[in-house]
Amino acid sequence: MRIVAAMSGGVDSSVAAALLAADGHDVVGLSMQLYDQREGEAAFGSCCTLDDLQDARRVAARLGIPHYIVNFEHEFERHVVAPFVADYRAARTPIPCVHCNGDLKFRRLLDRASGLEAEGVATGHYARVERRAGGEGNGAGYVLRRARDRAKDQSYFLFSLTQAQLARAHFPLGDRTKAEVRDYARSRGLAVADKPDSHEICFVPDGDYAAFVERRAGETPRPGPVKDAAGRVLGRHGGVHRFTVGQRRGLGLASPVRLYVTALEAETGTVTVGPRDALERTALAASRVNWISAPPTAGQRVSAQIRHRHPEAAARVWPLEGARARLEFEAPQAAVAPGQAVVLYDGDEVLGGGWID
Amino acid sequence: MLESRAVSVYLDHNATTPVHPAAADAVAEALRSQFGNASSVHAFGQAAKAALDDARGSVAALVGGEPSEIVFTSSGTEADNLAIRGVAEAAPADRRHLIASAIEHEAVLHTCKALAARGWRTTLLPVDARGVVDPAALERVLAPETALVSVMHANNEIGTLQPIAELARVAHARGARVHVDAVQSAGKVPLDARALGVDLLSISAHKFNGPKGAGALWVRRGTRVAATMTGGRQERNRRAGTENVPAIVGLGVAARVAREQLASTAAGCGALRDRLEAGILDAVPGTVVNGAPDTRVPNTTSISFDGVEAEALLIALDLEGIAVSTGSACSSGTLEPSHVLRAMGFPPRRVQSSIRFSVGLGNTDAEIDRVLAVLPGVVARLRALAGTGARVRA
Repeated sequence: MRIVAAMSGGVDSSVAAALLAADGHDVVGLSMQLYDQREGEAAFGSCCTLDDLQDARRVAARLGIPHYIVNFEHEFERHVVAPFVADYRAARTPIPCVHCNGDLKFRRLLDRASGLEAEGVATGHYARVERRAGGEGNGAGYVLRRARDRAKDQSYFLFSLTQAQLARAHFPLGDRTKAEVRDYARSRGLAVADKPDSHEICFVPDGDYAAFVERRAGETPRPGPVKDAAGRVLGRHGGVHRFTVGQRRGLGLASPVRLYVTALEAETGTVTVGPRDALERTALAASRVNWISAPPTAGQRVSAQIRHRHPEAAARVWPLEGARARLEFEAPQAAVAPGQAVVLYDGDEVLGGGWID
Repeated sequence: MLESRAVSVYLDHNATTPVHPAAADAVAEALRSQFGNASSVHAFGQAAKAALDDARGSVAALVGGEPSEIVFTSSGTEADNLAIRGVAEAAPADRRHLIASAIEHEAVLHTCKALAARGWRTTLLPVDARGVVDPAALERVLAPETALVSVMHANNEIGTLQPIAELARVAHARGARVHVDAVQSAGKVPLDARALGVDLLSISAHKFNGPKGAGALWVRRGTRVAATMTGGRQERNRRAGTENVPAIVGLGVAARVAREQLASTAAGCGALRDRLEAGILDAVPGTVVNGAPDTRVPNTTSISFDGVEAEALLIALDLEGIAVSTGSACSSGTLEPSHVLRAMGFPPRRVQSSIRFSVGLGNTDAEIDRVLAVLPGVVARLRALAGTGARVRA
């Protein structure tokens, strides 16, 4: 079976490709070029730079599989970078990885795979996709599950995948731990075995999202007031895109209690702050919700994750018209940030997810 | 697996060519026995020098020049650099203007750009929709301070031949020197630097079945060229550095073979190219040839496949064992919109759906048959996807 392996040049996607090749699949490595490499100095950062493409090419050569670089600069800009910048400017905190997965890897790259008569696309994500046995009605089709290595689990970033996408998705690392993956890379003599993990958003390697947004938006940031819940102005800030709900640093306020960002408003440029308990929410609304299988029943008990590193929280969910949903937590949750994803689980199964309003 | 992939049909001879067996043998022999430094006085040096002299004669014969006018370089790119930088540096202070066509190879364009950053005025000549430079357009941009006009003989992407002799007459009338990048025409059409009336001419061995790592610049006697590589007195002070004798020997043999077999090579390649092109236009709807069909090198055709991303087609064909190209092979190995097709005024949709087929020595009728058998199905498959969302970027 021919499978396209999305190869970033990192150890995870390299091992994913290696495992499939070892299983006897006809693996074709594709690396996505996501921004203009001609300027020499990387305009972006640590992921998918020329060095990474080179690493991917060397791994493919080592594995004896064909390898190509595909140019997705325009798509990356349109589906990932531009919405990222727009979200921050609209006082939301985006997760570009979800779009990169749903709109690039499992859409554009999947289209490319079809053009090569490949059955599907494999990535180095830590997650599992399974075909549900026998399920008529409610449970038929493909199931997305957390990785066995809970610490590395990346299912949160894959909630937007549809049944059609999951049917052709391969996650060879889903049953492996990171340590096993590195060991396997070493055993296959892959030069990337000890390459460090990337942590930040790949196109902002220094983690300074505010500076990136300012560069990309090409305008001077609009300062605005910092207010408390009662509307009293406590100070000034340099632009709402510099803040995330739950943030404590960078406020420049002297206060006897620790103050956190509790709300952001793009229109007025207002940053509202308050003590930690003011951050807590007992409910949230989500839009552009994707249910992987059938929607849950109204009031169904689920585990909800409101950011990548969030320990899941018990909640009840009500699916609503128009791909929306309402969620009520059993215990208040701090820092529910608009723009982030809420992903719902039943055990290790991803039920679906959406974008926090 | 790579080993089981039969890359059987090579149709990318404008990127590079397989080394002719006679050239390969000569390179191997020179590596083993001609290790002397051609600048040395002793017998070892003399043997190496004699090998260089032989090669110089063959190259001079190929381009229609004198052996003393040949400067060996490491590549066509280096020859282009030496021509442009060398003439620019040697030109009088009141001649600081360079002209090149918009469809030149990067070796020329980027060199002009580098000089522009250092204060030279540069002008790019437009081409028409056939990819041809109009001598009248050159006439309009020539100035008293023009030092050099650089126009390629044949374009690497579309194969179009330029009216070099006419352009040279126009340029010389205004006192400018003329460089022609003949990298893509050497071995494909007859070359006669003197008849073309130019002052400098670049070639590259690996484009006509010679080894990589050897090129040459023909410099008309009396043309002032400043060395860009300085050091020893090799190549009459025009290119310092111990000569790469084995590669130059290979260049010489390839040049000799190319000249001797030019007529049959051109006829054979032309027949294959014409059959391939006609077959594609016939079997695949929505196809169109880019560039002047009548005045071009006989081995090249550039074809746009409407609604198909060239990058996807290139990869799909490679997995079928058919090696083609989207244009010039670039360093990152990825698709960049062709500056050549853009300069011809084509919309992005056409530019991004263009594939270059370039035949060469060793290609057979059976290989053309195979391409014609495989290609329509691959294109249809990609077009079916294009309807479902994998659009060509507009």
